[in-house]
Amino acid sequence: MTAHPPPFVQIHDVAMRYGGVEGTLALRHATLDVADGEFVAVVGPSGCGKSTLMRLVTGLWPPTEGTVIVAGREVSGPLSIAGMAFQNPTLLPWRTIQANVMLPLEVVQPHRRQLRAQRAEYVAKTRDLLRLVGLAGFEAKFPWQLSGGMQQRASLCRALIHDPRLLMLDEPFGALDVFTREDLWDVMQAVWMAKKPTVILVTHDLKEAVYLADRVLIMSARPGRIIAERHIPYPRPRRLDQTYEAEFQAIVHELRDRISEARKGEVADAR
Amino acid sequence: MPADAPRSAEALAEAARRRRRLEAALPWLVIAGMFLVWEAACRLFSIPPFILPAPSLIAESMVKWWQPLLTNAWATLVTTFVGFMMAVVFGLALGVAVGSSVLVYRGLYPLLIAFNSVPKVAVVPILVIWFGAGFWPAVLTAFLISFFPIVVNVATGIATVEPELRDVLRALGASSRDIIAKVGLPRAMPYFFASLKVAITVAFVGSIISETVAANEGIGHLMLVASSRFDVPLVFAGLIVTGIMGVLMYWVAVTIEERTTGWATRGQNDPRLAMGG
Repeated sequence: MTAHPPPFVQIHDVAMRYGGVEGTLALRHATLDVADGEFVAVVGPSGCGKSTLMRLVTGLWPPTEGTVIVAGREVSGPLSIAGMAFQNPTLLPWRTIQANVMLPLEVVQPHRRQLRAQRAEYVAKTRDLLRLVGLAGFEAKFPWQLSGGMQQRASLCRALIHDPRLLMLDEPFGALDVFTREDLWDVMQAVWMAKKPTVILVTHDLKEAVYLADRVLIMSARPGRIIAERHIPYPRPRRLDQTYEAEFQAIVHELRDRISEARKGEVADAR
Repeated sequence: MPADAPRSAEALAEAARRRRRLEAALPWLVIAGMFLVWEAACRLFSIPPFILPAPSLIAESMVKWWQPLLTNAWATLVTTFVGFMMAVVFGLALGVAVGSSVLVYRGLYPLLIAFNSVPKVAVVPILVIWFGAGFWPAVLTAFLISFFPIVVNVATGIATVEPELRDVLRALGASSRDIIAKVGLPRAMPYFFASLKVAITVAFVGSIISETVAANEGIGHLMLVASSRFDVPLVFAGLIVTGIMGVLMYWVAVTIEERTTGWATRGQNDPRLAMGG
């Protein structure tokens, strides 16, 4: 009906402090909105509370101040509509890749109830997803038989298997070599175009942020808040060779300058 | 050079095979060597049999007393196994509790350590007062001595689940019970089986200690009776039978471990790794 539906994720004036009243303030006056189906990247100096933001949105921790609203409801506990992937793939070494990817189905309702009866369908779905990320034929392998990049692909599948409307990625490609990382960017792009989840990607790789996201948000130094944002105009699918074009490079440089300013602010605050 | 390659590959494979054969034979060679040295020393220095009997005398005694040795070994085996199984059940349960709850850990750990420091020989007389001489004191001593390593290991396995993995599951709405069942317990299994190897051997120690203090049967009782008759070769026969039983139980524990937690040792291309989880 309305021309502008309410944002899917709304973080309003959130503060987060660890370890009681005297503890570290990780976030302050953090405000951001993410539209349904949007791909947002969050970048910032290290230690600025990017990962904290992620845990707040998924309901793992309650904010000290402010509100977090996801899908029209204030977040008060873990959200099963979210999928998560981290820098460390954290696959279970005693499970095959297929069994690893299917783990969320054993936890999240309604899949948990239906898993036994509709096992064949779920297995088929898992295999489709593994094919989408280029892991067809590896279903029966164990994680330690796969390379780091392949493990990370499996970890992405695990985050996606229960069709989460919200995908939270905490530097998922950070530990990979450049070539593998670029492969996975394209995998990520393909997955997003196929499933259209809302994605919040936390990263410190500006090229990655610009290549993948619709919008890049820049966080200040700790206590973190969103200090600037940049729309990325390129249509999808984007191609890797675009990242070497002058315009793309200019965007990356612009972001870089803003982060440098944010870090200068950090030094000024420390004085 | 290329013409040499297959031959040298063959030679390498042959060398590897020889090495494997040697590795398989080595334990037996070492045992045989030990008995040979022992026999030779006894004969050379004419050591009296009531101080150190030669292996040949021990073997003779084993043949002569094979029946009591077998029945008493069986009794000890049953005692040990019952005590050990109790330790497994109790140790797993307590290990899960200690590993998954900081409160239980803080509250219980000092007591557990204190308890483990008590020499079990001192506990046997108390058990005898409670249960009378015989089966139960031995079972309980085996249990008391062997549950501690199981608790510690299982607790460690569960307490060291990666925080990120915990987050992945918690964010999906998993309860702490789900997390223990899906991640904690499977993750603790290698620790658990490693502790079983320790636990089974100390369980033997426990039941034999108790048998030497107060029992009517069992290998410990047999050795006590033999030594009171100054039948030292029979005492040694009992010791050797105990050693054999210990090795056998250890081997059983290792076999189970390899079949269930091969993933932890990263045995590549191992066909036994066919568990789905």
